[in-house]
Parts: sequence; structure tokens; C-alpha cells
Amino acid sequence: MSPRILPFIMVLAAMAMVPLVSTSPFYVNLTSQVAIAAIGALGLNVLVGHAGLNSLGFAVFPGLTAYLVAWLSTVGGFDPVPAALLAIGGTLAASMLFALVALRTTGLGFVMITMALCQIVWGAAYRWTSVTGGDNGLSGVPRPGGAVLPLERPEWFLWLCLCVLALALLQLGRFFDSPLGVALRGTRDQPRRMSAVGYDVWRIRFVAWMLAAGWGAAAGLLYAWYHQFVSPHMMAVTASAEVLLMVVAGGAGTLAGPLIGAALVVLLKNLASIWIDRWMMLLGVTFVVIVLLMPDGIVPGLGRLTAWLRRFRPAPAPALVPRERTDG
Amino acid sequence: MAFWISQSLNALALGGLLFMLASGFSLIFGLMRVANLAHGALFMLGAYLGLAVVKAGFGFWVAAASAAVAVGLFGGVLERTLLRRLAGRTLPQVLLTLGLAFIIADACLMLWGGDPMRLPPPPELSGAVRIGDAVFPRYRLFVIGASAAVALGLWLLVERTRAGAMIRAAVDDVGMARAIGVSASTLFTAVFCLGTALAGLGGVIGGPILSVYPTLDQDMLPLALLVVILGGAGSLIGAFVGAYAIGFIYTFGQVLVPDLAYVILFLPMIAVLSVAPQGLFGRRLG
Repeated sequence: MSPRILPFIMVLAAMAMVPLVSTSPFYVNLTSQVAIAAIGALGLNVLVGHAGLNSLGFAVFPGLTAYLVAWLSTVGGFDPVPAALLAIGGTLAASMLFALVALRTTGLGFVMITMALCQIVWGAAYRWTSVTGGDNGLSGVPRPGGAVLPLERPEWFLWLCLCVLALALLQLGRFFDSPLGVALRGTRDQPRRMSAVGYDVWRIRFVAWMLAAGWGAAAGLLYAWYHQFVSPHMMAVTASAEVLLMVVAGGAGTLAGPLIGAALVVLLKNLASIWIDRWMMLLGVTFVVIVLLMPDGIVPGLGRLTAWLRRFRPAPAPALVPRERTDG
Repeated sequence: MAFWISQSLNALALGGLLFMLASGFSLIFGLMRVANLAHGALFMLGAYLGLAVVKAGFGFWVAAASAAVAVGLFGGVLERTLLRRLAGRTLPQVLLTLGLAFIIADACLMLWGGDPMRLPPPPELSGAVRIGDAVFPRYRLFVIGASAAVALGLWLLVERTRAGAMIRAAVDDVGMARAIGVSASTLFTAVFCLGTALAGLGGVIGGPILSVYPTLDQDMLPLALLVVILGGAGSLIGAFVGAYAIGFIYTFGQVLVPDLAYVILFLPMIAVLSVAPQGLFGRRLG
């Protein structure tokens, strides 16, 4: 186990040291964004990479949590921490309901249903102006903390995000190695056989769905605290697509993939907003390019690249095998 | 009473537009097992193209025909050059069509700007007629009739012609259809052209009712997806029933509970999926 987690510890430590190296809050906040996005991408990876369920409505989980915590801690008058717990609980309860609908199908049906579910919730957030603030969203979401834990300072907030990210990596890493994780990949590859040997495929998928919802909710909570503002845009199709891009670009089914994908997408989005104003176009072009050039993502793609480069080495000389006489 | 009649006619008009969008999506899905997520964007592209043709001084009918042909050809090119490489691979297809949807939507925003624009209905269809004590815009009646005509035409095509027999054969079993001499390759491109052309035509015909604006695709695609989820993918009759069901639920939802019009769309979805996961008229597609 330890040689496997070493790179993750080094990456997280490097991210935690960003505030010590750079005095500008810009880079600290950028690192926080990467950490939050990575938590969400890790959650979606449970579905896409390990359950073989391609969700195009992942943004509904962080979206619901962010809206709930924002509403509870501004209009509802709760303190941030109880509001957060209630928000995560509410999201998980709603996710169970969604699971009853979404897990009726797999394949393309699942893609369409998750997308429709997310759009319906997006529509509610957009139209139900009296509660959600409509297009303006809800602002003034307070961060928790105080004198001991000054979370309003960017570096402390980054460290909180990294703690949650470390927790996510640890929990998911253990889950993927567990018998249940192996069974989950079994339902991805051979659902019928898994069912035939006595596994309850629906329940295994349900666990995956709730795990994704849970880490999505954690990402949504941090997102709401980070921006201190929520709007319907975080549940738009583009938002779900961005998370999917992180997973696919990094490499679905790997633990490091979503982390790399999240870093790439967040950096790309920030750079794009500085130079060009066409994020949606860039997102679309990135999708097309990834699909055509690197369909399995960067982590498996690099492996294939080295295999491809290896072809240019001279092939080993064919082994000389003494030929047997056939005419004798 | 007048309220119910006029809203019902509105629902029929929306249902008709949804049918034009969803029937193409459903045909493509049934035949090629591709969920073309760029379908909403192609609908919007059709609307913008139609608007551009009308603004250039040609009539509404020229605009409708040229937008349908242009979008259909564009769809055919996409199928031949890009989608074809990814046959049978769900996630790459989803990503590709979604990426194309973003590119098309952003290109429309770049070319035509962010302001909503109204596509004027043809002059002979402007004005209103009175039905009892309800006043109803003549153009909406035309939309209801036109979409019904499209539905009838599609049904005749699929059920009563040789090409339709080939389509049905290939939906059931592509390998077997190929073996008896159906050119699946040509058929795929033709159906993709037809489906996307219907989306483009729907965009122009819907333009005067929905108006033309940058997030039109994001408003229409989820409704079309719901239609296909309800009716069953690959089924024309399913698309027909689903389109009018969603048309009614959404129209009356918007009038009666405007805040929660989207939320009540959950209800038919839950009701249908709990009984028939494949949709009302859907078959289990391999």
C-alpha cells in the first residue's frame, strides 16, 4: 500500500505548500479550486470508471448541496456547520430518490436520464425565484470557523479542502480495493454473470451512486463556502460536462486520473478566461480532440504512448530455433 | 373554458415541435444506438439559419426548406467524418456529440449575438382565428397541422415504403439486415441526415413561437430527452405519444405552477420508469 500512496502524499504536500511559496492569494485560490474539482471528479469516477454508468448529470449533487447550505445558512438562519450537515443529509436523501429513477436503466438510457434529472433541478433553481433567487442565485454564504480555524483566510481554506481531498482519496482507494469495489467492477463488465452468481447488481450500483453523491456533496459544500455564492450555472450541462471531462481526460477508473484531469480543466478554464472569452467553444473542442486522439484519458494514454514509442526501437533479433528435419 | 382550449392548443403546438425534435433523435438512437446530444444545438442552428435567410429577404418557406437541407447535410457530414469512427463506443460518442453541441451553440452565440430574436411568421399565417370564444393565433394552428403532417409522413415512410422496411430491419438486427443486402452504411447516413434535417426544420417552424435565443438548445434538448425516455427510444409512436404528453404537462405546468413547471416533469418520468424502464413503447435495445 505504502509505495502506492507515496505519490499522492507528495502531490498533496506540494499543494499544501503553495501558500508558503507564493504570497499571492491567486495561486492559493487556484489550488483550492483544483482540490474541490478533484473531489467532485473522484466522486463521478466511481460511476463512470468503476460502475460503467456514464452520468451526464453529476452536477446535481454538488448543486443541491450548495443550494441547501446557502439557503439554510442565509435565509434559514442556521450556523454554517449545522447547515452543512443538513445540506449533505438532504442531498443524500434526494440522491436516494434519484437512484430509484436513474438506476432503472444502464447505458445510453442512464446518460439521458441523469442529464434530464440534472436539467430539471437546474430548471427549478433557475425558475423558482422566490426560494433560489433565480439567475442571481444566493449570495453571502458564510464560511464556518473562528479564531482557532480562520477559514476566511485563503490558505486555511485550502488546507481544509486538501484534508477533504485526502479523505476522499483514502476512502475511495480503500473502497476500490475492497471486495465490494471488485464486485462493482464485476457489475460493470459482466452484469448478467454477476447477477447469475448471486450478486445483487442493483444494490451494488446503488452503493456506487450514493458514494458518488456523497463526494459530490462534499465538493458542493466546499464550492459554496469557497465562492460564498451559488447560482444555477453550477448545475448547467456545461458544469456536468466539465466534471466528466476531468474524469475522462485524466483516465476513468484510475485513482490519479481524476486528480490530473481536475488540475488540467481548472487551469485550462482559468487560462482561457484570461486570454479568450470562449470557454464553451474550448470545452467542446477539447471533448472532440480527446475523443479522437486520447479516448482512454491521459493516464492510460501515456502508457499507450510509451508502448507506441517502443515500436521505434529496433526489434529484437528473432531467436534462432534449430529447424527439425521433416523429411527424415 | 376559453383558457383550457387555448392552453390545450398551445400544448399541442409545443408537442408538435417536440415531436419533430424527438422523432429524429429517436430514429437515430434506434438505428445506430447513438444518443445525439447535439440534436438540441442543431435545432437551434436551424432556427438561426432560418432567421438569417428570412433577414436576407427570402420568404419563410424558403428559410424553412433551406435550413432543413443545410442542417441535414451538416448532420450527414458529422456522421460520415466523426461519429462513424466511434461505432459501438458509448462514452466517446456521448462526449463527441456533447462537444459538438457546445461548439455549435457557441458558434451561434458568436455569429448572431446574445439577444433573443423573433423569427416572423409568414404573412399569410399571421393574425388569429376565433374558435368559439377563444382567440387563437393562426400560426400555432399551422404548427399543429404541420407537425401532424410530418408525423404522418414519417409513419408512412417507416411502415409503408421499401426504405422504411430497411430501416426497421436494421433497427431489429443490423448484422442480419446487412447479410440480406441492406447497405447499412448508406442507411445510417441517410437516417442521420433525415433526423437532423427534422431538427433543423423544427427550429425554423418553432422560431416564431419560441423565438430564437442562445440557450434555446439547452431548453429543448432535455424536453426531447424526456420524450424519448417516456416513449421509448427507437419508437416513432413512442416519440409521438411522449411529445404530446410532455407538451401538455409542460404547458399546463408553466401556466398553473410557473415556479415548479420543471419539477413536475419528474412525475411522468417516475411514473413511466417504475412501470416500464424501457419507456412506454420501447424495446430492450442491445
